Amino acid sequence: MADLTNEFVAQIKDAAGQQSALIIEGSGSKRWYGNAVNEQNKLSTPGHTGILDYDPAELVLTARAGTTIVELEKALAERGQMLPFEPPRYSLASTLGGVIAAGLSGPARPYAGGVRDFVLGLHIIDGKGDELKFGGQVMKNVAGYDVSRLMTGSLGILGLMTQVSLKVLPVPLAQSTLCFELSEAAAIHQVNAWSAKPLPITGSAWYQGVLSVRLAGARAAVASAEQQLGGTKLAPDVALKLWIDLQNQTHAFFCNASVMSGRGSLWRMSLPAIAPAINAATIPGAQDQLIEWGGAQRWLWSDASPESIRMLARSMGGHAVLFNNQHAIGDVFDQLNPALLAIHQRLKNTFDPHGIFNPGRLYQGL
Amino acid sequence: MTDNDQGLIEALKRALPAANLLWQKEDTSPYECDGLAAYRTLPLAVALPENEAQVRAVLKVCNEFGVPVVPRGAGTGLSGGAMPIQEGIVLSTAKMNQILTIDPLSRRAVLQPGVRNLAISDAAAPYGLYYAPDPSSQIACSIGGNVAENSGGVHCLKYGLTVNNVIQVRAVLMDGEVVEFGTEALDAPGLDLLAVMIGSEGMLAVVTEVTVRLVPRPPVARVIMASFDDMTKAGNAVADVIAAGLIPAGLEMMDKAATRAVEEFVHAGYDLDAEAILLCESDGTEEEVSEEIERMSAVLRESGAIRIQVSQSEAERMVFWSGRKNAFPAAGRISPDYYCMDGTIPKKAIATLLNQIKEMEDRYGLRCMNVFHAGDGNMHPLILFDGADEDQWHRAETFGNEILEACVALGGTITGEHGVGIEKINTMCVQFDEKERDAFFGVKAAFDPAKLLNPDKAIPTLHRCAEYGRMHVHRGQLPHANLPRF
Repeated sequence: MADLTNEFVAQIKDAAGQQSALIIEGSGSKRWYGNAVNEQNKLSTPGHTGILDYDPAELVLTARAGTTIVELEKALAERGQMLPFEPPRYSLASTLGGVIAAGLSGPARPYAGGVRDFVLGLHIIDGKGDELKFGGQVMKNVAGYDVSRLMTGSLGILGLMTQVSLKVLPVPLAQSTLCFELSEAAAIHQVNAWSAKPLPITGSAWYQGVLSVRLAGARAAVASAEQQLGGTKLAPDVALKLWIDLQNQTHAFFCNASVMSGRGSLWRMSLPAIAPAINAATIPGAQDQLIEWGGAQRWLWSDASPESIRMLARSMGGHAVLFNNQHAIGDVFDQLNPALLAIHQRLKNTFDPHGIFNPGRLYQGL
Repeated sequence: MTDNDQGLIEALKRALPAANLLWQKEDTSPYECDGLAAYRTLPLAVALPENEAQVRAVLKVCNEFGVPVVPRGAGTGLSGGAMPIQEGIVLSTAKMNQILTIDPLSRRAVLQPGVRNLAISDAAAPYGLYYAPDPSSQIACSIGGNVAENSGGVHCLKYGLTVNNVIQVRAVLMDGEVVEFGTEALDAPGLDLLAVMIGSEGMLAVVTEVTVRLVPRPPVARVIMASFDDMTKAGNAVADVIAAGLIPAGLEMMDKAATRAVEEFVHAGYDLDAEAILLCESDGTEEEVSEEIERMSAVLRESGAIRIQVSQSEAERMVFWSGRKNAFPAAGRISPDYYCMDGTIPKKAIATLLNQIKEMEDRYGLRCMNVFHAGDGNMHPLILFDGADEDQWHRAETFGNEILEACVALGGTITGEHGVGIEKINTMCVQFDEKERDAFFGVKAAFDPAKLLNPDKAIPTLHRCAEYGRMHVHRGQLPHANLPRF
């Protein structure tokens, strides 16, 4: 437990004075995510640790940004609570700051909400070295613009997060996973039809012809949903492993390295849940998709051109992210239209006028 | 009217059908205030566009003339966010009130901004779906206004606020450019500007289309009405319910003054001897609700509830809720005027704040009744006063500011769901320092570089804060010199 705020301020003022780039890094477990940056001058956060406030009755946890997610989850589990957005843990050293800056959420995203839905407030140091506080430690707060959510998923381009307050929730009393053999199109339809009913669904995944649906909540609710849906029930340990593997992206779809090397790039397509099934005729590699989030997140290994994948995602009302940039083929994120880009540039200038934080990580020129 | 004003009206006439532009005093006066009637100004004109093209045309004209624009939804806001600017126009989205699509399978509704909050749930009802955020003004307030204020309601703890239930907003920037924030998917490339738009009080862009998430209507809901003989015990009971791993669909509290006022009005059978009443609701399937009600009752009893009643029918549930939902009109019935505050505090501070308010009641010589969304610590103290007596209004206003400052001191915020608007602009100086306020001005300028969209709301200038700081020294002696009065 240590407070490095003063050191951070000094380092940032120094970089601002020299107008030199500063790459913010937690444990480095998501170093590969986003556009490549010149990593010469780093600001390392893992020493800035500690849970500052946690009262289970408030459903709010406040911690320094360098605290590991593992430590937070341990403290929460002791009181029967959890981080409802299930962030991927690429390493045991993953930090809170990294999780918020990356803005990635796990299987519960469409049901419980994503990282952005649980960020209540944060402290940042901006590009001038000033400490600023936004949001707070309460559930409802509409004083001022929602800068806390603006920082969530910003890949550190606006400022250094030093402290974050999160809404947390109780761990459900009961959990169960049911499996159904269904084609991709049938699975997408089915999981959406079920989601329109009052059923305690908290996760869904389709892979190689099997739709898995996670139920969680009050015991009675899970039991009656099991009856209603049918299917094959997974043994608890098998189910637990399935959802952890999906959350941490250690599922076979992501990890089969020998196959992976020949499969091109990993794409994360963020689409409307009911977007039609994508087949191999439209995109090479589409036969081996992993579909999550009730159809709203579709993972794909493909060597198709980035433009063709982005065009397809856009035509369906979503966007595509070149998730694993190891092949370094162009931009990771879909381009913004000029009006949105101009807003991004002005926000960058407001929070980081010298352009020192993670330049280029989100977009060139930001 | 100056020549320039005349020129503006002529240009607006070309941008809009004749019936959609008001500039005569008798036509514009209904727009001189929103739900916070204490603050009034007559605008130069009121534009009522029917579609996005007309919104763009109006904004382009105003941009050209350098005239400020105050967007307005249904005008039910409680913080004066839609209070006009004398030298500006009001842009009302009330005529853009079409539900464009409802897709039961993807559980989405695409709406024009003037669609009423309750109309969304009504339209979704045939599919067993509804729109979860339910501000108490839901019968009248519009989704565009909900986006502007990040509106909440009594079910936020379980179902979230507007920001958690809106997936895409289409809007027009001050220069007439159309932008989309968010996508039809669950996230969008780049920064989360959708989150910044929500709760931005009409200061960044004019909303022309909103896509919301619909959720399945729970088949059953039941509410527990629990009486407490002590306010602190009731406050602790709220914490105990949450700590037991329960997330009620609604968890509301009323103090004795509130219970007495509403009972006279609605005859709900409230326990008039109780110091505090908690309403704790569970929703879901029959089995789920039975299980939860049993667990909730046990916790409440353990926490010292002296009487527990569980609604046995939908009709009885409505009766239990009627008092809470009619707290504001009930206040209006026992007092000529009331001033509603909206601070949020950590739940553990509820009893502390209520005791402080009690002390303030004596000091200001005004009564206050307390109703609040206890589950998320969002308080609505209703300060009772007579607006005909100017001194009472001054005291009510200062009383209110002191409550908000107490909320900040207890680790909370000056506004949970009503917004800052013009009403709480001074207390923003207490919650945010100069550098933070500068950052907010930077956010505004990123969307509206000309600073013409609802300017001078929500974010106080350094000058205003200095003024407020001076007033503090002589609390109650110096009126808010730069605010309109009645």
